[in-house]
Amino acid sequence: MPGGNNQNKDNSGYKKDYQDYIEKTSPKSPLFKDMIMAFLFGGAICVIGQAFMNLYKDVLNMDAENAKIAVSVTMVFIGALLTGLDIYPKIAKYAGAGTIVPITGFANSVASPAMEFKREGLVLGMSAKMFVVAGPVLVYGITSSVVVGFIYWLYKILIGG
Amino acid sequence: MDYLNAFWVGGLLCVIAQILIDKTKLTPARILVLYVVIGAILGGIGIYDKLVDFAGAGATVPLMGFGNVLADGVMKAVDQSGFIGIITGGTAAAAGGIAAAVFFGFLVALIFDPKAKK
Repeated sequence: MPGGNNQNKDNSGYKKDYQDYIEKTSPKSPLFKDMIMAFLFGGAICVIGQAFMNLYKDVLNMDAENAKIAVSVTMVFIGALLTGLDIYPKIAKYAGAGTIVPITGFANSVASPAMEFKREGLVLGMSAKMFVVAGPVLVYGITSSVVVGFIYWLYKILIGG
Repeated sequence: MDYLNAFWVGGLLCVIAQILIDKTKLTPARILVLYVVIGAILGGIGIYDKLVDFAGAGATVPLMGFGNVLADGVMKAVDQSGFIGIITGGTAAAAGGIAAAVFFGFLVALIFDPKAKK
């Protein structure tokens, strides 16, 4: 790197190049671009889910409830596999929330730290770190379900369901 | 038509999360937690099922759908088994997603090694 105390003149050209580079590479409105990418990728992942839904319902004649579960399981499988193949993180770089919010992102949040911490052991490494993100999701999700269930139970008793 | 609705509803749910990530200090983990809780609340008051009817996988694939499954399951279990259903219903209904994530996550981590970070 050309630099020193008395080389400001030499540096200015370098700095300008660098600023040009920054301006060229960082988008004018990152939020808008991020939103578009999240929309396109998130929407596309849901379309894939819908394709499986139609396959399970119309072709394999599963009932609606089981088809929904099968779609979740399928999407989780795809998310985990693409994480293992190092494809999901590459898509996520562009897709942002588009790859976080779908259930494939949940699978990614399980598989990714599990892989990462395998070298620290199969029990306290891989299996414990699996739940770095999924753990909180389950804690808050299951707690919410108990609260919802309790309110619903009260509601049925007090008002009659 | 079901593909179109799945696309724009699913996409929109992701856009909302993207705005939260860009504009607030919310990390992706917090977004996921937030989405599950919101899904459970919307499921509890019966709104989310209407979105599922309209958007199909556009509503079930985003993690809010997971919260909705938990809420739907717990209410069904309360109908069937009464008080004990409060505890069992949510997790039972979400068992497919949870077991799949654990099992496939385990399998993938056993088979694949993490790529070197650049």
